[in-house]
Amino acid sequence: MSTPPATSASSDSARNLAASRSQGPHTSMFLRMLLRAAVLRRGRATSALLAVVVAAAAATAMLTLFVDVQAKLQREFRNFGANIIIVGRDGASLPADTLPRVESTLTGRGLVAPFAMVVARTSDGQPVVVAGTDFDRVRQLDRWWSVDNWPSAPQQALIGVRVRSTISSSAAAATSQPFDLIFQGHVIHLRPAGTVQTGAAEDSRIYLSLSDFFAWTGVQASTIEVAANGSADEVTAIMHQLSQAVPAADVHPVRQIVEGEARVLGKTRSTLVAATVLIILTAGLCVLSTLMGWVFDRRRDFAIMKAMGASQRLLNGFFAAEAAALGATGAVIGFIVGIGIAAWIGRVNFHAPIEPRFGVLPIVVAVSIAVTLLSAILPISLLRHVQPAVILRGE
Amino acid sequence: MFVRLVYESFRRQKRRKLLAGAAITLGVTVATAMIAVATDIGDKINRELRTIGANLLVTPQEDSLDVEIGGVNLKPPSDGAFLDEADLPKIKSTFWHNNIAGFAPMLPVNVKIERDGQQQDVTLLGTYFAKQLSFGKDNFTTGVRSTHPWWRVSGSWPGDNSRDILIGEKLAGRLGEKSGDELSVSGRQFRVSGILSTGATEDDQIVAPLAIAQEILGKPGAVRRVYVSALTKPEDALARRDPKSLSGPMYDRWYCSPYPQSIAYQLQEAIPHSHAEQIRQVAQNEGTVLTRIEGLIFLITLASLLASALAVSAAMATAIFERRAEVGLMKALGASKLAVASIFFAEATLLALIGGLAGFAAGGLLARQVGRSIFDSQIGIQPVLLPVVLVVAVLVTFAGSAAAIRRAVQLDPVFALRGEL
Repeated sequence: MSTPPATSASSDSARNLAASRSQGPHTSMFLRMLLRAAVLRRGRATSALLAVVVAAAAATAMLTLFVDVQAKLQREFRNFGANIIIVGRDGASLPADTLPRVESTLTGRGLVAPFAMVVARTSDGQPVVVAGTDFDRVRQLDRWWSVDNWPSAPQQALIGVRVRSTISSSAAAATSQPFDLIFQGHVIHLRPAGTVQTGAAEDSRIYLSLSDFFAWTGVQASTIEVAANGSADEVTAIMHQLSQAVPAADVHPVRQIVEGEARVLGKTRSTLVAATVLIILTAGLCVLSTLMGWVFDRRRDFAIMKAMGASQRLLNGFFAAEAAALGATGAVIGFIVGIGIAAWIGRVNFHAPIEPRFGVLPIVVAVSIAVTLLSAILPISLLRHVQPAVILRGE
Repeated sequence: MFVRLVYESFRRQKRRKLLAGAAITLGVTVATAMIAVATDIGDKINRELRTIGANLLVTPQEDSLDVEIGGVNLKPPSDGAFLDEADLPKIKSTFWHNNIAGFAPMLPVNVKIERDGQQQDVTLLGTYFAKQLSFGKDNFTTGVRSTHPWWRVSGSWPGDNSRDILIGEKLAGRLGEKSGDELSVSGRQFRVSGILSTGATEDDQIVAPLAIAQEILGKPGAVRRVYVSALTKPEDALARRDPKSLSGPMYDRWYCSPYPQSIAYQLQEAIPHSHAEQIRQVAQNEGTVLTRIEGLIFLITLASLLASALAVSAAMATAIFERRAEVGLMKALGASKLAVASIFFAEATLLALIGGLAGFAAGGLLARQVGRSIFDSQIGIQPVLLPVVLVVAVLVTFAGSAAAIRRAVQLDPVFALRGEL
């Protein structure tokens, strides 16, 4: 404690002294007690801090993951391909400007691929479905297509695995020899580039580039597949914008994909919520039990302070400040650790970074201070009516 | 004496033991529940993924090429090969029959419908809705209602043995048909029991029980293709190998893993003259989604195990720090370090066992609750987990106490008794 000066002449300095006496020593003493308590009881303080850090880290990691994981899973679901389909009314072709209009409406919020289809005949008169599309876009949109070699030059075709026997006598010849297709008297001469296998209708089709297809048949695209990014609400909004942008077409969702995605995401989210609540609750309760034990254990300090004349308010303030400091420190360290855990999970599982969410920090700090305060105040109020002498005598 | 010390410590220090015990119980509860959820989540999400539709397609081996645009097949309906309906229950004879969530046969037929004296060509699709079948002693129900859960009917679903049909919503709109109306299809009268909405080509078609389609086509027992919805395992390098190139034990491993490829192979074996293949859009992607979700829950479980271990450690350390005076007294009375440490470890073990048992029971209940409220099904907990959980609880409690016990034991009894340090 600071020693008061022996003499003071002016009343002014006396007033200053009185002020500094009533505040200064108190404040510095208060801080010193807080600090010394932490330093002297390193072991105890560390274990209490550890509990807070663990709780805060778990909470931060779960809250960060919770928001990000849904976006990441939605992206995984886009590998299922289109969730919106645009078709001409009653099987008619779409107007030529539909694709650019759809693209400008989407503005990068998804992938698009156009398809046009006719039934043509092979040179020996067999009917076969021929489709025109944009190979670069299909490659992005329909990633499950198993293609050995994508066409890269004009007049090259992609052959469905089940069509091979139709265009040629042997499967080996079908992937190397040129062939002809006839549509309404027009002949196109094509070279096979590779085969496509999907296990669905694509296996029975021949694919050309859209420009070759249009030059040959004069038929425009009749279907545009759209894989729109985002949550269910965002996809619905995009669908609405698309139907306004292309009034001549029918825009509808691929229910199979949209509903499956909603179900799986919903269940995963619920599981995450359950896990988050469980983990945060456990960690919080462990903090409570650890801290309560700690404070209860210090009833000797409490008794000495009280015996030396500290008021109950001062004591409450002291323990509360100590708890708050512990809570805040633990929360900040825990936040950093938690971000690290979330980032690690993101890297290991999704091969993509998970952005730290600083909005979580105030919540974590506030909640951990609240929990530490609660766990400090509870034992103090229990000890409130106990005489210091009883505690000091160890009874 | 030793037993008495431990017993008295539990009897007299109820509050402390309760706090430490509560921490252990909670930690074990969460750990058990998370492990139970993590081991079961793959199966649960797999079932949810089945709502995206069938992942395997069985077709006749010598089928001619489909010429299909916008759901209208231009191939003559009697052309090509068919599967035999009588062979379908054999799907349940395959090795992975428990993984077959359902199947639906399809038989498209071109029909003429008559409306106000005008004729119109449409496709009638024959299928099972929720057909009762039996194979051996197995009775099961299968059809589009389980394989195509996104199909929605306003009105009622037709019975599989009835003469009722469904009309796709676009077709119904054009015809002005409502459920309950009569419709004449290729000279036969049917009752429309409901309007079907699928968001796909079936919206322009008529969907009827399989027997009606076979009757119109004049080929009893004929099936064009079968959609099979199976619970599969994400494919890996082994799955992509050609079964013919595999050696004996490798082949057995391939055959006995529920890969889409091996289930397709087994379907081909079960149904004569058939060709089964995975529908890549569904089969390939559900593998990735499943892997991601499983991985996520696994990592979270790992993190939560770590968190509960640390929380238990902190609680134990605190509980031991509180008792320095006691240690001092014991040592002053001549107890060896080993004796003191073993008392603490015995107490820790007892706490861990009690907390572990209570936590395991609570965790099992919690996992069941999670399963019931989220997935509408049971999440079971393997009894095998109990000894594992108990051992881990004891180890974690030990690890948490060790540092604190070491410090307590090394303390000079004089300081400890005087309450210093």
